[in-house]
Amino acid sequence: MSKVVSLQAKQINKRFHDPVTIHVLKDVTFSINSGEFVSVVGKSGCGKSTLLYILSTMDTDYEGDLIIGGESMRNRTDQQLAHVRNEKIGFVFQFHYLLSEFTVLQNVMLPGLKLGKFPEEHVREQALDKLDQLGIKKLADKSATQISGGEKQRVSIARALINNPSIIMCDEPTGNLDKVNGQIVFDIFKELTEQFHQTLLVVTHDPDFASKTDRIIEMEDGRIIKQ
Amino acid sequence: MNLRLIFSIAKSLLIARWRQTLVAAVGVTFSITMFIALLGFMTGLNDLLDGLILNRTAHVRLYNEIEPNGQQPITLAPEYKGSYNIVRSIKSVNSRERIYNSGAIIQALKKDERVIGIAPKISAQVFFNEGAIDITGVVNGIDAQAESRLFHFDDYIISGHSRDIAIVSNSIILGKGLADKLLATVGDVVQVTTISQERFPLKVVGIFQSGVQELDKVQSYASVSTVQKILGKPNNYITDIQIKVKDIDKAPQMAREFAQLFNTDTEDIQTANSQFETGSFVRSLISYAVGITLLIVAGFGIYNILNMMIYEKMDSIAILKATGFSGKDVNRIFMVIALSIGLFGGVLGLLFGFLTSLGIDQIPFNTLALPTITTYPVNYSPAFYLIGSTFSIVTTYLAGWAPARKASQVDPVVIIRGK
Repeated sequence: MSKVVSLQAKQINKRFHDPVTIHVLKDVTFSINSGEFVSVVGKSGCGKSTLLYILSTMDTDYEGDLIIGGESMRNRTDQQLAHVRNEKIGFVFQFHYLLSEFTVLQNVMLPGLKLGKFPEEHVREQALDKLDQLGIKKLADKSATQISGGEKQRVSIARALINNPSIIMCDEPTGNLDKVNGQIVFDIFKELTEQFHQTLLVVTHDPDFASKTDRIIEMEDGRIIKQ
Repeated sequence: MNLRLIFSIAKSLLIARWRQTLVAAVGVTFSITMFIALLGFMTGLNDLLDGLILNRTAHVRLYNEIEPNGQQPITLAPEYKGSYNIVRSIKSVNSRERIYNSGAIIQALKKDERVIGIAPKISAQVFFNEGAIDITGVVNGIDAQAESRLFHFDDYIISGHSRDIAIVSNSIILGKGLADKLLATVGDVVQVTTISQERFPLKVVGIFQSGVQELDKVQSYASVSTVQKILGKPNNYITDIQIKVKDIDKAPQMAREFAQLFNTDTEDIQTANSQFETGSFVRSLISYAVGITLLIVAGFGIYNILNMMIYEKMDSIAILKATGFSGKDVNRIFMVIALSIGLFGGVLGLLFGFLTSLGIDQIPFNTLALPTITTYPVNYSPAFYLIGSTFSIVTTYLAGWAPARKASQVDPVVIIRGK
């Protein structure tokens, strides 16, 4: 079975210029195949989060090239990048980042409605499916502020999944959770890769979590030292 | 689809912060209300004050001025044609007070499409006799029907009827001040002596009050034929032709044209009453300035509230951007919020403005100068409502523009990393 490359980073260099120029990422090159469960580990300040934001297309101030789904992300307009994030990338952050004005279901539906590929009814069904899959369907009509931290993180995973993205990126997804909830989230990720061949890229400093993933990319001082 | 989504997100943000939204909307409502009420009231007063003079004054008046003849005999003499002729001590001549060929002039004016109507007039200097005292006065011979139609003569009659001067022969309508001096009421008979010492008894059929006291003390009105009789003149004797035109701005031009065409002196309303136009212009300017200031203050209110909302909603903006909303979408969301505050506040403002206007219209306002006015005058011109609504949208648009732009430029990385 030939492997399809989902995401590719070529010679990515990143410098911060404030207050003095710091070379944060140095010639970062790697690729992630479709269906892989990859974790990026490293000490605090090694540049792993910076790398994630570049890979997520939200940070465009870098040198090198980023290829997602076979297309280069350089020289794209804000609108085109927004569309790529909407369609091809799902996000899970350390903090849940749900919109407190909306219900759980509406939060999950938002990126789907934005994509506008399917009618609202269809998006709603899909959102309910995803919530069901993560075992939180009963929370659908609750306000985003009324649920627990572990549940919020599961809602944000459902939101990341709504458009069936080619890759899900996570920044310390279990960093703010206790052991039980952390385990639940990990099990969900495991299930996603094994059953649905979902590509996952997780930035973490939790060695336990990383050791259970398919592949570990280790970073130190802005470079990849092991992958 | 996309637009509907943006509207629904804007709606949720608005409802989630409904108190702030309400405060912002109330600001707009208040300013629009004041704008409408103020302008309506000011314009109503303006119209009233202008009407005091403008309604009663002919737009163009044809008459013959008492003045020295411009064509002195020496200028007609052929031998002095090429030289400068200086003649001293010329006297004015008043032999030609009447307008010649008035019948034909009236016919010609009636056919003119720019003219709304014409009213002939004769003025006669007389003395009113009350016992041993003679009071100087003026009897104006008018066509009561035309005068009422064109110059609102009826509005100033406080007792009796203007049409009676045409029905009752040898009848007169006295100014309020004059009637008081003569101790005359409707139904009494007053004695009038002309300059040529002829006496006429005239029956009082009405009293008028123009609001200009000086006028009311000397003026009186009778029918054209009565005054012709007093003066002993034939029935084509007319000293003034008053013309009301459709476009008041063209009055000066028409006055010049008629002067040439009919060979009479003419006077237009702008020349006769230039101070009124200046006054009303300045009053309108002040009202607009106050109204627009109110709106701008409301605009700053909206600006503040949107700015606060954006600071509070930084996380939401970041997540919207991370999940695929572009800067443009975020900008639109906040513009929709700003404009809905403007629209909602504006519509309520128009409604309250109208109600306030109705309220002002009910406040009693009695003035001696204006016998027919009993409450404060208010102008309900749709133009104010149009300007008010346009301005509410424009100010909220401008107030929303900067915050919306700021929101669209929020860098999600900075927000998400900052946690």
